[in-house]
Amino acid sequence: MSLWSRIANVLRGDRLSREIDEELQSHLEEAIEQGRDPGEARKAFGPALRLREESRDFRLIPWLDSLRADAIFGWRQLMKNKVASAAAILSLALGIGACTSAFRLIDALLLRPLPVAGPGELYALARKAIGPDGKPQIFDGFAYPDFHLMRDGVKDQAELIAISYSDRTDVTYGSGAEMEKAYRQYVSGQMFNTLGLRPAVGRVFADSDDLEPGAHPLAVLSYDYWSSRFGRDPKVIGRSVRIDNALYQIIGVGPERFTGIEPGTMIDIFIPTMMHPGALRADWTWMRTLARVKPGVALEPLRAKLDAISGAFERDRAKGFRGWPKERLEEFLKQRLFLAPAAAGISDLQNDYRTSLLALAVLVALVLLIACANVAKLMAAQASARAREMALRISIGAGRTRLVQLVLMESAWLAFLAAALGACFAWWAAPFVVGMINPPGNPVRLYLPADWRVLAFGLLLTIGVMLLFGLAPALRASAVNPVSALKGAQDHSRRRSMHALIGVQAAFCFLVLFVSGLFVATFERLSNHPTGFSPERVLTLETGTVSPQPPAVWDQVADRLRSVPGVETVGLASSVLLGGGSWNNFISVNGAPPNGVLAYLLQASPGWTEAMKIPLLGGRDFRRGDVYPSVAIVNQTFAKVYFNGDSPVGKYFEVAFPNGQHPRFEIVGLVGDVAYLDIRGPMLPQAYFPFSSIDDHGALLPISQGTFIVRTSGANPLELANVLRRAVPAARSEFRVSNIGTQLEIDQSHTVRERLLARLAFFFGVVAVLLAAIGLYGVLDYTVVQRRREIGIRMAIGAQAADIARRVTAEIFLMVLAGALAGLALGSFSARYIEALLYQVRPSDPAMLALPALTIVVAALLAALPPVIRAVRIDPATTLRDQ
Amino acid sequence: MPKTDSLQGSLDLLVLKILSRRPGLHGYAIMSTIKDWSGDVLRAEEGSLYPALHRMEEAGWIRAKWITKETGRRARIYELTTEGKRQFDAEESRWQAVTSAVNRVLRTV
Repeated sequence: MSLWSRIANVLRGDRLSREIDEELQSHLEEAIEQGRDPGEARKAFGPALRLREESRDFRLIPWLDSLRADAIFGWRQLMKNKVASAAAILSLALGIGACTSAFRLIDALLLRPLPVAGPGELYALARKAIGPDGKPQIFDGFAYPDFHLMRDGVKDQAELIAISYSDRTDVTYGSGAEMEKAYRQYVSGQMFNTLGLRPAVGRVFADSDDLEPGAHPLAVLSYDYWSSRFGRDPKVIGRSVRIDNALYQIIGVGPERFTGIEPGTMIDIFIPTMMHPGALRADWTWMRTLARVKPGVALEPLRAKLDAISGAFERDRAKGFRGWPKERLEEFLKQRLFLAPAAAGISDLQNDYRTSLLALAVLVALVLLIACANVAKLMAAQASARAREMALRISIGAGRTRLVQLVLMESAWLAFLAAALGACFAWWAAPFVVGMINPPGNPVRLYLPADWRVLAFGLLLTIGVMLLFGLAPALRASAVNPVSALKGAQDHSRRRSMHALIGVQAAFCFLVLFVSGLFVATFERLSNHPTGFSPERVLTLETGTVSPQPPAVWDQVADRLRSVPGVETVGLASSVLLGGGSWNNFISVNGAPPNGVLAYLLQASPGWTEAMKIPLLGGRDFRRGDVYPSVAIVNQTFAKVYFNGDSPVGKYFEVAFPNGQHPRFEIVGLVGDVAYLDIRGPMLPQAYFPFSSIDDHGALLPISQGTFIVRTSGANPLELANVLRRAVPAARSEFRVSNIGTQLEIDQSHTVRERLLARLAFFFGVVAVLLAAIGLYGVLDYTVVQRRREIGIRMAIGAQAADIARRVTAEIFLMVLAGALAGLALGSFSARYIEALLYQVRPSDPAMLALPALTIVVAALLAALPPVIRAVRIDPATTLRDQ
Repeated sequence: MPKTDSLQGSLDLLVLKILSRRPGLHGYAIMSTIKDWSGDVLRAEEGSLYPALHRMEEAGWIRAKWITKETGRRARIYELTTEGKRQFDAEESRWQAVTSAVNRVLRTV
């Protein structure tokens, strides 16, 4: 109570003083009334002010009171120079907001521990090996039988859980209901228990729910999905959901906040691993393995044990490999298993964006530092103008610490106002950036809480920023020498430190511009990189059937789509180019052993090359009646790799499938190269087979999945999306379109990261130049004002305008130059850390270095122009009279 | 800190004692009462009395309120709180212990 009243008294300090004064006054009047001499009574009191201060200090908290007084004073100082203060606050707010957003993203993706019990004990298993394409790779996928052996082998040291890669799949609730998309993940039965996760409703899986392949059609919903899809209806327990033509019974809902272990993906439906079609397959790596290491277990022996088990499994499995070149196989078997800490979960998004986010964080931190340097200069200029005031305060007895506090309070106002604005910015910016990572059909969903972690970061950042730009001016102000300051002496070290700040800003600005330039150029080159086909005006309709349908029925549906007005051509393929799917194998020509280069394969109907506008260079397209396996179309790289560049039309090759089958194909056509897996990198050898297949007895096989490629005549293919979506089931009721999109979107999904980096880096590059230019202008302007008298004298004795301009700017331009050179050195040094993010851009490219240099020079010239004009227009007569 | 005077250490006790007998006195009256009751021997300086009053008020031993006297002037009067009564008892017994101990020393021949 007492502390509270003292805090309250701080806030009503004036009233407190009045009360004390009134009481003392009433005492005096009483004394005089009692017949005491007024003079004597007053004298007995001693100095009234001291008495009041003494009493005040008992009744409030003195340091808080002085802080309050300084806060009011600091606010008035800010208000004196509204424009400069507003500019300082805005630039700091942008910097603080951007840094806080970067932290939110990095925290959410890379740092924040999973909401599970003991996240620090979690490790992810992965293997380093030379992949079949001859490049070093990291695989974190495991086959279930391998996992099973490892789990049993180390069960005393660690609990292993299997968690599949998540996929976005079609689900239906109840018969006749619409198909909808949901993220599905297969997880070990004991996952929930091992991670200490309790159900919110119903129950979660137990060990006994994951024993027999195909025997546990059960589903657990995530809390988030339960909330958004079912409005937290507890009656959902016991209902069924249809996924992949099987019914799963919903048995419960997971705990709040748990959305799987993949930051960037929120799982909707969990299913036991035993329900996965590859549960017993040794050649199907469809799941990650997490280990919860028991307390006190050493990691290296555990790793070695897992490595031995998994290595033996792979060697055993490789005995059945056929078609692999020997050296490739040996390299592959030299794989080494390792354990990576997985407290923050594990996802592809982490790997894709780790470096990018850190690079962006460094960029925004540099922008914040540039803004800080501006504010430091502003504070220094103001402190210099207030040197006399400070000297006076010291002369009449103000303590140094009190003066530091006085000046720091002003910085605190700037920093905290900026932080408040910055918080609003970060509130909006972090989800905005996540929204930009939205490859079609698979938008990133990242949990971005604004909790104590973010608040603590923001607070620390704000205090750090405040000390960065406020402490030096405050210490300097308090260290003023009263005698010389009151005499009006100039402080030259202040100008020097301002110049140093200009240099630092130029260096950081160069670095930001350099890195932005690299990112923008990367995006530019990547988006202009030829793919070999034309994605414009092409719609892709991923289509499934309730039950597998004969190829002729698929042709009927394609014909129906061709009749829709606005449709130019329609092709049919097993998957879309650049869609993420990949089917590859080694090729053998004339019975010779495979040469170790993988070929990428795809099944496509007649008309597919036309719909994709892939040029036919020789031979013919597929015809109706062509079936797999008999004929093939190959691309130029295929001809180069397997036929030494000779025309392959009419020649034969075999695909060496690992199961021992070696189907033989006659090449009937040669087409141009197209990007298959990725926009980057060289074109891959590719072979296309007919969409229709026959089995060993020559019977046509029914097909349950395919993608219609529709080239439209209208500029915006999406206008036809709804018509086509309805046309497919209208043609045959067994058909459903599960996903519809444009080929352009699919192409662009490969440059999402580059686009994000380019846009954000460009934005912050502009901000950095702007801030640095404002800072330069401020210092020059200040210099001109300071040296007005000197300039006046020089002009009076005949100095030329050019001479004045040179004198005013020379030193500062030298600093800019030195700073830019330092920035160049920094840039060349740091470029190696972002090299993986660049494409066809070399950091040592002169153009990449010239652009930021040129930008800085132009910005510096523009910023210098107004102060220089002001300097040469100084009228010696007036200036000298004023002083 | 309040400057030292003849009442150092005992001013609190005197004020508490006076307010325990005569609640509702203002500062001047407390000063006069000290003078009267001590037979003109003890005198509280204004410069010490008011900081002491405000300190005791902040400590919660006494509380103050403003009243308007019949002359129309406002005065701030003080009275003991429950905690102040306890404090008074403690201070008084401490005082007694100290004075009797001092007396014992003085009586020793």
